Parts: sequence; structure tokens; C-alpha cells
Amino acid sequence: MAILLFFLFAAFAVGSVLGMIISRNQAYSALFLVVAFASLGGLFGLLGAPFMAVVQIIIYAGAIMVLFIFVIMMIHLGEGISAEKKKWTIAAAVFMGIILLAEIVFAVKGAPAVPMAGQEMAGTSPTEIGRLLFTKYLYPFEITSILIIAALVGAVVLIKKREGE
Amino acid sequence: MIPPGYFFILSVVLFVLGIIAFFFKRDLITQFMAIEIMLNAANLAFLALARSSNFVDAQVIVFFIITVAAAEAAIGLAIVLLIFRKKKTIKTETLNSMKG
Repeated sequence: MAILLFFLFAAFAVGSVLGMIISRNQAYSALFLVVAFASLGGLFGLLGAPFMAVVQIIIYAGAIMVLFIFVIMMIHLGEGISAEKKKWTIAAAVFMGIILLAEIVFAVKGAPAVPMAGQEMAGTSPTEIGRLLFTKYLYPFEITSILIIAALVGAVVLIKKREGE
Repeated sequence: MIPPGYFFILSVVLFVLGIIAFFFKRDLITQFMAIEIMLNAANLAFLALARSSNFVDAQVIVFFIITVAAAEAAIGLAIVLLIFRKKKTIKTETLNSMKG
């Protein structure tokens, strides 16, 4: 059962990323990416991380992609992507991608097989993550909140129309 | 029980697809989306390793990665909008004012 779900989610993820590459319309690319992130959320759930699955779907597929779609709406590019795409750059991208794939596979193959943990975990409860977040990782948590405030202020300052513009 | 190797293979495939998408696409927004795909592939590998070694802390770290990605998306999209406002385009072919 779980293995069937894995292949279903994996097919959805890879298929929608391919669709995002092939699609010429940015809005369709963004929607394909929503599907990819949602199926990745399902995979996180299969990995015994239900909290991460929910966070992935709410923050990535929800908030971040809505942000992307807003920006796509604001940037009105009359026609789609330029047609005079150079063919050799596509070939170079695919070629370099295949080389990278081979390199990573070669590097991972040399590593010893990852041993499986003895018993199957029931999945980590959000309680456990919350406890870790507010004890062991309290300082990183606080620093992350400062980072988010800095990002918000930075985005507002960047976008703000200046005088005489 | 799904072997963690399957998740690694899927993660590698998604990462390479992200890199190909980055070079394939010709506008800043879609290239930015390709970066998000790579981040997610890394998250998947991280969680697979956490699962195979029973290490709960990894989920907290993935949580931080997602948070930082949200901040990065806000700043990056603001920069894209700023470029669009100044140059009236986000196609990388036409953004070549730094070319000698």
C-alpha cells in the first residue's frame, strides 16, 4: 500500500516538474509547481513526518506559491516566453543535467548502504517537534523570527515607490 | 516499508530537474521556481535520512529550511518586481547591461 502511494506521489512530483519545464505560460508553471509541492507533502507524510507534510502544503503549496502567482499577475508579459530560444542552450542544460545526475549517482553509490532503523516509527507527533523547537532549538527559532522580520521590512523597502519616481 | 534509497533517487531526480529547469527557462520568475524545486529535493533527502536513522531533530531543521525559503521568496520576488519596474522586462536575455 505504502509503496503504491510512494510511486503515485513520485510520478505526480516528477510529472508536474516536467510540465512546469515544458509549459510556456508562467501561470501554468506555477500551478504545476503547486501540484509538485503538494505531492512532496504526501511523500513527507509517508516518511513519518505528518507535521512537515502539513507545513509543506500550507506554507509552500499555499503561501509561497500564492506569492508567486501574485507577482506573475503584477508582471504583465504580453506574449509568453520568447520564441527565439537558442537551441544549443537547451541541449547544454540537458547535457549538464545528465552529467550531474551521473556524478551524484556515482558519489552516492560509493557510500555504504544506509542501515534501516530497527522498528517502524509511528510518525513524529507535532508535540515532540514543538518541544524540540522551544528547548533545544530555541535560539535558532528566535533568530529565524528576526530573519523573517528583516525579510518583510526589506521587501517593503525594496518595493516602495520613492519620491519623484 | 519503503526503502530510503527510493527517496534518495527521487530526490536526486528532482534536484537535477530543478537545475535543468533553471537553465532551460528564460525568465526570472520561473528560474526562481526552479530554485524552490531544488530546495524541496534537498528537504526530501533530509527527511529520508532522518527516517532511516530515527533522528527527530531533522524535522525541526527542515522546518527552518521551509521558513528561510519563505523569507527568501519574499525578498527574491521583491527584487524581481523592482527589476521589472526599472527595466520593463524580466527576460534574462534582455537583462545584459553588465555585459562588457
